[in-house]
Amino acid sequence: MTEPIIKIEDLSIYYGEKRAINQVSMDFCNNEVTAIIGPSGCGKSTLLRSINRMNDFVVGLRNEGKVLYRDKNIYAEDIDESEIRRNIGMVFQKPNPFPKSIYDNITWGPKINGYKEDWEKLVEESLKRAALWDEVKDRLHSSALELSGGQQQRLCIARAIAMRPEVILMDEPCSALDPKATFKIEDLIHELKESYSILIVTHNMQQAARVSDRTAFFYLGDLIEYGPTKQIFELPKKDQTQDYIQGKFG
Amino acid sequence: MQNKTKFFDRSFHYALLVFVLTTLAVTLSVVVVLLNESSGFFAHVNLLDFLFGTKWTPLLEPKSFGILPLICGTFMIVIGAIAFALPVGLAIAIYLSEFASYNSRKRIKPILEVLAGIPTIVYGFFALTFITPLLKNIFPEIQIFNALSGALVVGIMILPMVASLCDDGFRALPPSLREGAYGLGAKPYEVIRHILLPASTSRIAATLILAISRAIGETMAVTLAAGATPNLSFNFLDSIQTMTAYIVQVSLGDTPANSIEYQSSYAVGLVLFIMTFFMNVIGNLVLAKKPLEAM
Ligand SMILES: Nc1ncnc2c1ncn2[C@@H]1O[C@H](COP(=O)(O)OP(=O)(O)O)[C@@H](O)[C@H]1O
Ligand SMILES: [Mg+2]
Repeated sequence: MTEPIIKIEDLSIYYGEKRAINQVSMDFCNNEVTAIIGPSGCGKSTLLRSINRMNDFVVGLRNEGKVLYRDKNIYAEDIDESEIRRNIGMVFQKPNPFPKSIYDNITWGPKINGYKEDWEKLVEESLKRAALWDEVKDRLHSSALELSGGQQQRLCIARAIAMRPEVILMDEPCSALDPKATFKIEDLIHELKESYSILIVTHNMQQAARVSDRTAFFYLGDLIEYGPTKQIFELPKKDQTQDYIQGKFG
Repeated sequence: MQNKTKFFDRSFHYALLVFVLTTLAVTLSVVVVLLNESSGFFAHVNLLDFLFGTKWTPLLEPKSFGILPLICGTFMIVIGAIAFALPVGLAIAIYLSEFASYNSRKRIKPILEVLAGIPTIVYGFFALTFITPLLKNIFPEIQIFNALSGALVVGIMILPMVASLCDDGFRALPPSLREGAYGLGAKPYEVIRHILLPASTSRIAATLILAISRAIGETMAVTLAAGATPNLSFNFLDSIQTMTAYIVQVSLGDTPANSIEYQSSYAVGLVLFIMTFFMNVIGNLVLAKKPLEAM
């Protein structure tokens, strides 16, 4: 394992009285893809959103424990959550480009965060990295909403990349896409791994096996098993993991 | 059993149809009455003199029926009311949808609804006994009846509607739009300014149009606050008369039916009807657009 970039220490997350994440401790490594798998409702999204403080917006949600990014607790008093989100980007389940042009979708984030850039270059680079450039280079100023679902999702990845984050969180990024678009995104994840640490939530076990270096299996808010993807899929240590991977429940 | 349900369904269907048809019939007869009575008026007064005349003195000799002063009065009320209600209403809506906790929202929304339910005559007294004296402190030369007070009170009256519709507009936006923006490290101000407001322009435009059409139609409060002096001066400190206020004046006065003064109120009513009708049509057309299409 390379140096961990995010460490979760004894984290519990409550929605009101209900506990959705149960005293979880785990590390995420730099420049690796970590997959989070588990049946629907087991707390995957809740955990992922706690890593860039997107849970701040949920009324009645409460955290216990720590999330450390580069050894600083992101829930400490003196932390600016905007800065956290600049460094830890997010791609959502449903593609959610802004109702603006493709170009503006890329530049908006860096602009409001006060980046000074060669904007043309940033747009080109981000779109190239997201494997979208060739498809849209002739219509950068048309609306992002005219793109197909798969293209929109790659635009959202480009938008996240344009912020030059260290970590990218992806919450079931392919669940709204057809198989072809899904393969494109998976290829992309392979390439992005060189430059970013990626945490991907997926309910699709083949996808986890294909794209990730490590896999964490959650069940009812508990971290059941966490290890190298190959080991989790071939030699799981826990019966529950085995059962889930063999499709006995979920 | 089957037949009974069927019979019930049928009767229910027809009962509803009767209500719909009644509403349509009432609307139609209003239009017919307006047209009929105004035709008497236009037999005596040239249409162009009516539409472009700058003097409205129907009850004084020499009589003059130029509707522009009334339209001017109406527009002063509309402009003043919107200038107040739109920014304040937007601010309330932004607060409600983006900043208010669930609990304060639960308290503020009903207050808005109560405000919307107060009879307009009460607002008129409020303007006369509270707003005007207040304004007199700022503008000592202001008249007892003045357009400014009328405009402000109409602004206050339409504020709940503006705030509520804008709030609905913001809440109709998909939450994923906000998440995408905050996920890039944006601050609430930037999300509102660059994402939520542009994505709601069609909603806000529709709200604006409905608000204008309510302000045009408002009667009692304006009559009470702004007076009954047709005036083409654009001076907000002076008394004015709006189209609706004129219609009230004629209905309450002792002008004999079929006299030209009496009929003139129908001609004014017809103009009013056409204006608000088009406003509502445009408003609904804009509102029918999906929230995200506007950008
Ligand atoms: N906003 C919320 N309010 C209350 N409970 C929630 C909320 N979001 C999720 N939950 C609950 O928390 C649990 C975990 O949800 P989630 O993290 O979305 O699961 P997953 O992403 O693994 O499907 C579920 O039982 C869900 O019902
Ligand atoms: Mg989820």
